Amino acid sequence: MEAPNSFKTLKADLLSGKYSTVDLVDYYLSRIHAFDGEIQSILTITDEIAFKKAKKADALIKKLKAKAFAEYPLLGVVVGYKDMFLKDGVRTTAGSRVLNGYVAQYSATAVEKLETAGAITIAKLNQDAWAHGASGENSDFFITKNPYDKARVAGGSSSGSAAAVASDFCLIALGTDTGGSVRQPASFTNLVGLKPTYGAISRWGVIAMSSSLDTVGVIGKNIADVKQTYDVLKGEDGHDSNVRLQTKSFDPGKKVTIGIPKEFFAERLDPEVKTKVEEVINTYQQMGHKIINISLPHTKYGISVYYIIQPAEVSSNLARYDGVRYGKDRLAFGSEAKRRIMLGSFVLSAGHYDAYYLKAMKVRNLIKMELEKAYEKVDVILAPVSPTPAFKIGEKQGDPISMYLSDIFTVTANLTGTPSVAIPGGFSKSGLPIGFQLMGPRFSEDLLFNLGQKYQAQTDWHTRKAVL
Amino acid sequence: MKNLIPVIGLEVHIELNTATKMFCRCRAYHFGEKPNTNVCPVCLGLPGALPSANKKAIWDTIKFGLALNSQISSFSKFDRKHYFYPDLPKGYQISQYDLPFCTKGTFTLKNGKVINIRRIHLEEDTGKLIHKTVDGKKVSLVDYNRSGVPLMEMVTEPDFTDPSDVDEFLKEIQLIVKYLGISDADMEKGSMRLEANISLKEEDQGLPDYKIELKNINSFRFLSKALQAEIVRQKQILETGSKPVQETRGYDEVKNTTFSQRTKEEAQDYRYMPEPDIPPITINEKVVLRIKNKLPDLPNQKRKIFKKLNLSEHYIETLVSDKNRALYFDEAINIAKDHNISAKEIASVMVNQNMDLKYPEPAGLIKKLLEIQKADYASQKEVKGAVNVVLKQNTKAVDDYKNGKTQVVGFLIGQIQKELKGKGEVKLVQEILRKKLEE
Repeated sequence: MEAPNSFKTLKADLLSGKYSTVDLVDYYLSRIHAFDGEIQSILTITDEIAFKKAKKADALIKKLKAKAFAEYPLLGVVVGYKDMFLKDGVRTTAGSRVLNGYVAQYSATAVEKLETAGAITIAKLNQDAWAHGASGENSDFFITKNPYDKARVAGGSSSGSAAAVASDFCLIALGTDTGGSVRQPASFTNLVGLKPTYGAISRWGVIAMSSSLDTVGVIGKNIADVKQTYDVLKGEDGHDSNVRLQTKSFDPGKKVTIGIPKEFFAERLDPEVKTKVEEVINTYQQMGHKIINISLPHTKYGISVYYIIQPAEVSSNLARYDGVRYGKDRLAFGSEAKRRIMLGSFVLSAGHYDAYYLKAMKVRNLIKMELEKAYEKVDVILAPVSPTPAFKIGEKQGDPISMYLSDIFTVTANLTGTPSVAIPGGFSKSGLPIGFQLMGPRFSEDLLFNLGQKYQAQTDWHTRKAVL
Repeated sequence: MKNLIPVIGLEVHIELNTATKMFCRCRAYHFGEKPNTNVCPVCLGLPGALPSANKKAIWDTIKFGLALNSQISSFSKFDRKHYFYPDLPKGYQISQYDLPFCTKGTFTLKNGKVINIRRIHLEEDTGKLIHKTVDGKKVSLVDYNRSGVPLMEMVTEPDFTDPSDVDEFLKEIQLIVKYLGISDADMEKGSMRLEANISLKEEDQGLPDYKIELKNINSFRFLSKALQAEIVRQKQILETGSKPVQETRGYDEVKNTTFSQRTKEEAQDYRYMPEPDIPPITINEKVVLRIKNKLPDLPNQKRKIFKKLNLSEHYIETLVSDKNRALYFDEAINIAKDHNISAKEIASVMVNQNMDLKYPEPAGLIKKLLEIQKADYASQKEVKGAVNVVLKQNTKAVDDYKNGKTQVVGFLIGQIQKELKGKGEVKLVQEILRKKLEE
């Protein structure tokens, strides 16, 4: 048996009886048992839940045939969740020892929506503790390996989500993207990663890292799967007051104007990444799209702004794990969480608020306005996701600043609340995946998917698999 | 040493009586419920939970602000106020910092003095700690039923100089809240909580450079006494040339003295930040105006109305100080309009005889009053007798009447009433008298 490469093949296989949903769950579990000892992408396996749901799915397919897929758009889709997502009755840790053994008392809206659409939950996935990190090395449990080179990181903080999909432990995974935590691991593992518009998908039941930046993201094997998952996830749920869905119509056949921001191609960019992203730009140009150079001068302050606002919100959101509840005292926090709690408490303290937090909020607004202005001239922006391909485990440990700079190209979308999709764009000479991102104005997801699909129709990077 | 003047400011917390809590759909009523039965992920501060603001509570706060002549912010937001305490499940309280719903209110005391109200904001209440012994072990338990109940906080400027003004102010605030129907403002249940800060200054001095906070005082009377005790204590310290230590003090009602609870050298840093989970709130001026126009009569308006009815100060205060009685009285005088019963009479039987307690419906009271009136009046027979007596004694007046001097009727009625000891029903007396005279 071979794992399906898309929702489309999954549906065809299930309908033709090539395998049943139970077979599929069995298959994924056998892969997990065979390979996750090394990859270490999973924190909790929910096999009982998965088999129960798979049996139901098989019964539905038997009874309703193709109609079952109209009613349940994600029927049989096996999904893993970053351990930030609460699932009622299942251990949920946020990758931190502080919550080790914590059993969720309710489910996240995102989890409920996918399950209602027919998806099958197979595992809760590893991550940097509290989503603090860009490599997965800050997990309080173990370090997830990159399936393309196990000496390297899978990216982070949604390290397990990326590695699990790339390893065929599930077909799709949810992550959270606060500064790049879905897009960067996706681009390190040859996958599509969506960071949606802030306010498109409810964060209810997703452990908060930095509330004004956090988004629920999707990691999948191709644009179509990610789009279909996004369509199920989006919309108001009565719990997240920031969700206000808007739709933006566009002409799917239209040739667009793509902006290339010169600041994203500056000295920090690895030459191999630069070359690959330039090839992507050429591909779009050959398709007849217009490429123009633009400048976003304030985005260079993005990381500075991000590392003030984000720790501030982190220090606030982690305050509830004060040792009174959840069974662990505050000593259980890892060093990165402590660092951010200290930083955040400092920038919010009375004597420093104006100089740091308030100023950062002002610059954030400037970046927002700068991007809005850019989108008056261009439809989308194309840029690298990460300055380098996946780096070696331990390479950046002990140097938090260099780790923080991994987010340099991704934070802009978070600070401005705009969507961005990371898409596989090829491989380095040593065989490491390299991704690019398409960014657009708020609620332009469908345009980004449309352009991404056009690229994937011309290329086959996304169909290549890691050899475990 | 010059004359020392008290400088007093107040912080008043009032729990709103909305159906649901401030940021979730749990019931807001928590008094006497079994611990931790009225809770959800939001008010327990569980991982992943998000707040949704209760609109009713926001409008109630705006109503309160309008009742105190406040400016209503057109743009407002919630903020996080951080501190650690076991009854605060998130490690922060959702409150309001720099953009409260209401600012710059005023309140005029009976003596004409104006108290400025700095701000009124909305926040969530905390849980409650219960200290007790379980299986021989002293433990502290947390009950989160109260966690997340909407709580208004009103802060006055330090404009009070006299504890009796504080007392008047607080009683009136409690009354206003009840008239607005937004809280039961019950001190015993803790749905109204008081804090005062007090210092003394010399007559021509600016604000003093210290202040004492009085906390955990659960009645108006005790606060007044605590303030008085504080004035004496601080005066003694200042007169020796020292300065009272800045601290929080409680009140010992047995000894009638205040005592130190907590000394804080510096103000606590709450690390306020905008609440990212709740979008900022724009408040439409037109809606505010509509609410303003729909506010019910407040105690002062009732006082004015009752004054026009020539009620005594005592009657007015007794009726106004209880919203239900005031409304009852209103309805009663409305019904009484068609009968020969005065507002004064109704007020009298309510205040002096508590007759409104016996008759839950004002109509019932009026019916009873009419019956009493009938029973009390002289009977028809008695009136006839009195008329006959008076007419016999005043033959001249009768002659005058027959000669067209009809104004003597008034004189005759007076005489008849005298004969009846004032118990004649006016209409009946007139009727019988006229009949007799026409005979």
